[in-house]
Amino acid sequence: MQQALAATISILFDGVAYAMLLFIISVGLSITMGLMGFANLAHGAFAMMGGYALVSLMLTLSVPFLPALALAAVIVAIISIPFERFLYRKLYKSGELDQVLLSIGLVFMTTAAITYLYGPSTVSVPVPDFLTGQIDLGFSTFPTYRIFTIVVGFAMMIALWFGFERTIVGAKIRAAVDNRRMAQSIGIDVDKLFVLAFALGSGMAALGGGLAIEIIGMSPNFALTYLVFFLIVVAVGGLGSIRGAFVAALILGIIDTAGKYLWPDGGAFFIYALTVAILLVKPEGLFGKA
Amino acid sequence: MKFNRLLCGVASIVGLMAATANAETVKIGVVLTYSGGAAELGEQIDRGMNLFIDQNKDAFGGNEIELIKRDSKHPGGDIAKTAVQELITREKVDLLAGFIFSPNAMASAPVINQAKVPMIIMNAGTAWIPSLSPYIARVSFTMWQSGYPMGEYAAKDLGCKTAAVGFTDYPPGKDSRDAFSTGFEKFGGKIVESLPMGGPREVPDFTPFFQRVKNAKPDCFYIFVPAGNHAVSVVKTFTSLGMDEAGIKLIGPGDITQDTKLQEMPKEAAGMITMHHYSADYKTPANIAFVKAWKAAYGDDTIPDFMGVAGYDGMAAIAHAITAQNGKITADGTMKALAGWTFDSPRGKISIDPETRDIIQDENVHKVVWKDGRLGIEVIGTIPQVKDPCKANAIGKCAE
Repeated sequence: MQQALAATISILFDGVAYAMLLFIISVGLSITMGLMGFANLAHGAFAMMGGYALVSLMLTLSVPFLPALALAAVIVAIISIPFERFLYRKLYKSGELDQVLLSIGLVFMTTAAITYLYGPSTVSVPVPDFLTGQIDLGFSTFPTYRIFTIVVGFAMMIALWFGFERTIVGAKIRAAVDNRRMAQSIGIDVDKLFVLAFALGSGMAALGGGLAIEIIGMSPNFALTYLVFFLIVVAVGGLGSIRGAFVAALILGIIDTAGKYLWPDGGAFFIYALTVAILLVKPEGLFGKA
Repeated sequence: MKFNRLLCGVASIVGLMAATANAETVKIGVVLTYSGGAAELGEQIDRGMNLFIDQNKDAFGGNEIELIKRDSKHPGGDIAKTAVQELITREKVDLLAGFIFSPNAMASAPVINQAKVPMIIMNAGTAWIPSLSPYIARVSFTMWQSGYPMGEYAAKDLGCKTAAVGFTDYPPGKDSRDAFSTGFEKFGGKIVESLPMGGPREVPDFTPFFQRVKNAKPDCFYIFVPAGNHAVSVVKTFTSLGMDEAGIKLIGPGDITQDTKLQEMPKEAAGMITMHHYSADYKTPANIAFVKAWKAAYGDDTIPDFMGVAGYDGMAAIAHAITAQNGKITADGTMKALAGWTFDSPRGKISIDPETRDIIQDENVHKVVWKDGRLGIEVIGTIPQVKDPCKANAIGKCAE
């Protein structure tokens, strides 16, 4: 009984920490796919850029961890703007195949560029002392860094929810997701929204990439390795749904952790089976619009 | 990366000796990982080989050698096998060398066996690889050489009654698990968990596996992960979960305390115990000279690790085989020359067992210590001249 309880707590805690990471990285992809209808496979590349920006900021410029994390997100958000303006914009009206080819090409180019600049190995950053070690919550001890990740994840969820549900910009984005032509015809500048949403999504991904270094590591293959997970979060959650991405990330994170914990030989089998099952029942995703 | 330029079809000609009437050019096909996450491992072996060549220009008996390098990219085996086929049929190499990941050596074995081209393995440690062909010799190590004595040491000297085993799910991982479990159980220990922890290509999040072990509360936690990036993640996860405070000892083969990865690990790595045959921190005169020469050749911020030394010793073995055959390489002649070959390596005395074509060497108990502001390796025990226990005890595939 004691054993089962300890196992449940471990699985839930690690699963939620992993889920928050997936949510922070994937939510931007969900917004851009829902809003712009663009199959952006290069989304993970922006997460990777965030991770490496953090490495440079901390190791080369000696910026402390927390400001560096925020700064990395801002830098990548700004870098992503010309990508949207000059590359993505041209393909909004093209077929999905063109979009996939462009964005997967960007992934390979980013991987090559980062390998050239930082080398092919995994990188790490020094995490400040107040984020290392464990925190004793009475019934069990938990690694501080993962608690921090969970806190950041929930904070992001609340901020996004507020931004989308309670502000004018959020209302405009929701309107554009629901019906772009109608939104345009009542005078919403959808082009500007696209840039904003794209930069926001990329910045979030970069934040997730920075957080990920300590948990799942960072190497030039990051964008490709975890692409499948980001896509699953978006597909299961439903395009353009923040709530969907959050719930999907939680399901994915907890089930993946539980699978590894309870049945290590099964590997990643669980989440794929679950993804297939959910999409068979709800092809548009949990919170998607049919 | 600067060594990328060496890739694919660029031949480097070295050892240009004054051509004597009977000098031969020996072509050596080198199959290593030169790109991707494991590129640094290929670089280590490459540098080890080149260091030996630069230091010992007359060791090749007046023959010229030509290294033809191919990138095996990842541990999948397929690319290595294609490269070996191409090296044998198109480049007509006399010898093959390198092989970091076991699956790459295993996939290539049938090819070299059929073509009768000798293969000098400079890393790939799965114990039964030399059994795949009579033309394979190994200068690196076997998983059993470290795993089996580690099992004995954990049960007898570390006082562990129970142990959990975590391993990367591919041949050397299973081999290392079997080696440790056999040794540990033979001396009275009990294995309580045996967990496959993902594949070798990408570093997984180890937390779910480690959490499970933490909840099982074994005395020792034996881990095998491939050399390179996995080990840093292992130690970080171990410390961030507070497994040390929970009274669990982290042990393993020296792959997880690789010299080149040690400084990336958290300070809390101090106290880890591993079983291995080499560390750059060995204080023997031969090793001090080796490390000095390495730094002189490749820069002060570089150090050799067990891969570098395997490349160095492997080239010494090749030089011996070439000289013994006057540059006319045959598979049988090479194996005959290497049988019983001994060498004073930076790691100590090594030799090739005539029966198994596998290496015999000292295994040392490594303790990670925090000293002078850096993590280092201290030797706290030695098991002299270990023959591969898997073949010696004819266990599993080693019996075939």
